[in-house]
Amino acid sequence: MHDTEKVKKSFDDYEKKVEKTIAKFPERKQEFTSGSGMTVKRLYTPLDIESFDYEHELGYPGQYPYTRGVQPTMHRGRLWTMRMYAGFATAEESNQRYKYLVEQGSTGLSVAFDLPTQIGYDSDHSLSEGEVGKVGVAIDSLKDMEILFNGIPLDKVSTSMTINAPASVLLAMYIAVAEKQGVSADKLRGTIQNDILKEYIARGTYIFPTEHSMRLITNIFEYCSKNVPKWNTISISGYHIREAGSTAAQEVGFTLADGIAYVDAAIKAGLDVDTFAPRLSFFFNAHNDLLEEVAKFRAARRLWAKIMKDRFRAKSEKSMKLKFHTQTGGSTLTAQQPDNNIIRVAIQALAAVLGGTQSLHTNSRDEALALPTEDSVRIALRTQQIIAYESGVTNTIDPLAGSYYIEAKTKEIEDKAMEYISKIDEIGGAPRAIDVGYIQKEITDSAYKYQMEIESEERIVVGMNKFKIEEKAPKGLLRVDPIVGEMQKKKLAELRKERNNQAVTEKLEALRKACNGTDNVMPFILEAVREYATLGEICGIMREVFGEYEQSVLL
Amino acid sequence: MDRPIRVLVAKPGLDGHDRGAKLIARALRDAGMEVIYTGLRQTPEQIAASAIQEDVDVVAMSILSGAHNHLFPKVVELMKEQGADDVLIIGGGVIPEDDIPGLKKAGIEQVFTPGTSTSSITEYIKNNLKR
Repeated sequence: MHDTEKVKKSFDDYEKKVEKTIAKFPERKQEFTSGSGMTVKRLYTPLDIESFDYEHELGYPGQYPYTRGVQPTMHRGRLWTMRMYAGFATAEESNQRYKYLVEQGSTGLSVAFDLPTQIGYDSDHSLSEGEVGKVGVAIDSLKDMEILFNGIPLDKVSTSMTINAPASVLLAMYIAVAEKQGVSADKLRGTIQNDILKEYIARGTYIFPTEHSMRLITNIFEYCSKNVPKWNTISISGYHIREAGSTAAQEVGFTLADGIAYVDAAIKAGLDVDTFAPRLSFFFNAHNDLLEEVAKFRAARRLWAKIMKDRFRAKSEKSMKLKFHTQTGGSTLTAQQPDNNIIRVAIQALAAVLGGTQSLHTNSRDEALALPTEDSVRIALRTQQIIAYESGVTNTIDPLAGSYYIEAKTKEIEDKAMEYISKIDEIGGAPRAIDVGYIQKEITDSAYKYQMEIESEERIVVGMNKFKIEEKAPKGLLRVDPIVGEMQKKKLAELRKERNNQAVTEKLEALRKACNGTDNVMPFILEAVREYATLGEICGIMREVFGEYEQSVLL
Repeated sequence: MDRPIRVLVAKPGLDGHDRGAKLIARALRDAGMEVIYTGLRQTPEQIAASAIQEDVDVVAMSILSGAHNHLFPKVVELMKEQGADDVLIIGGGVIPEDDIPGLKKAGIEQVFTPGTSTSSITEYIKNNLKR
């Protein structure tokens, strides 16, 4: 090992020499900062990881504290799942896009729902006007779900669904479609996002008040542990927290604080931690500061392992492993010179892979302008494939480990994230910290600082505040035909005529009773879904019983 | 008139992306304006009612979900119906270039797209007030 005293001395010598150089040739800036505004030193040396204990801080892949990855062989064993988030217009059109993605080598599906679906309104609701099919696919009933997965064998693919407040309903629809394909629930693989806390914090598609939302989530944990054992029941998401403007350390801190709240809620509901914790998964962002992002993923893994072991006394190793999906950072993309975004996405995707991600979505170059076209999606997917098959970074596990900077940074982010978690504990946990607006305010402050740095050109965004050119309006953007809204309305009107309406009413009333009581609501939702009760009807019953969440806004 | 400029920053529709709206609200406030932020999920009716009740000079709306062609013009219409035709109404978000002429014709005086600085929006408001 290094002789610390020797290094201290040689480092002092270096510092003195460097000061002389700087006196003559100043550095480009007084202070260098990371993408998240953390101070970055000129040079990292063994002195920065002096107290570093390899066995304790890093260990081995697949072993506690999982800093180096959750699997023993990582990407040598199996590449990450290349999972492109997609969905728009009608179930028919999205079904076509999924089939295209699978043909192009996508290895998992990821469903984007439109806003009415995400907020539990049918396409014919007055608040759905203008929104149907815009940011994702419109799903009103099991009928749409059958079309969406037509010809896609649900025992072969893994499907991720970005659905939160009505996650129980969409999961029930997925189970019902599988039944019709002859696939039993225990064979289904996939993920529902189901993370309501970050909806209150950053994403906005909440429906019910906190207490009732937490009950729905723990009901899903319990139901799946018995009936859908391979399903990831939640994807605890830092992605949207980062998109809303947080720093990397805040992304880790706030996300893990949310995770703690879900574990607390499930334990309080009487579940044993090791029955549900192995099915918790996470979802992070990847921004442009390559090394900071790699450190962030490693820090998140180590911190979660410690929390599960020490705070929640988990016994199963599976409960301690932080598995995560990554999406490259939408908010880092520019509408100006959109082809530059291809490069940004490549850097971000590389960070995710070096950070040991389990699955990855790469954004398309045109996402600051519209939903991506097929061409743009293909380039984004090819970016992952080039990293996987050409870059060589998958040949060895956690290749940046041991770098003085990476290890120091991993520790720094872990410590900073833990500070946020302690602060949130003091406030009374994540739900309380959200109610009083603490988390949102912290994020908005970071976002404002970031924006001001761009406007003062302290922070350079290529093509936006520097290296600008005159540009023509981009051509060939994807547009969703407004007729989609009308088509969905027509389909709904037919459905309401054709189905057994008496059975629907009975099942909905049974659900109402379950909501008012303490039974697990999942079986009741599944029964209603099978009779083609609509998403809006099911969520309508729950709205009547549970009420609706009121947002707290602090500027 | 010597009172500060009053602005309603509004999020119409179901879209939950409020980073931009909150940034602009804060920037306008820092520029000395009085800012009221509606929070998420406002109907055009609610926005028009707040604008009139708060007696604002400006309504600044943000949408990133693609529902702008439906929701923006509706707010203008409702404001006009209620006699508030001296309020500057502007919009922003992920809005394709091709949609901008139509929105302007419908009474959205200016549309700001991604990459716009908050200072240029502040300037625009100061120079284009209708009362």
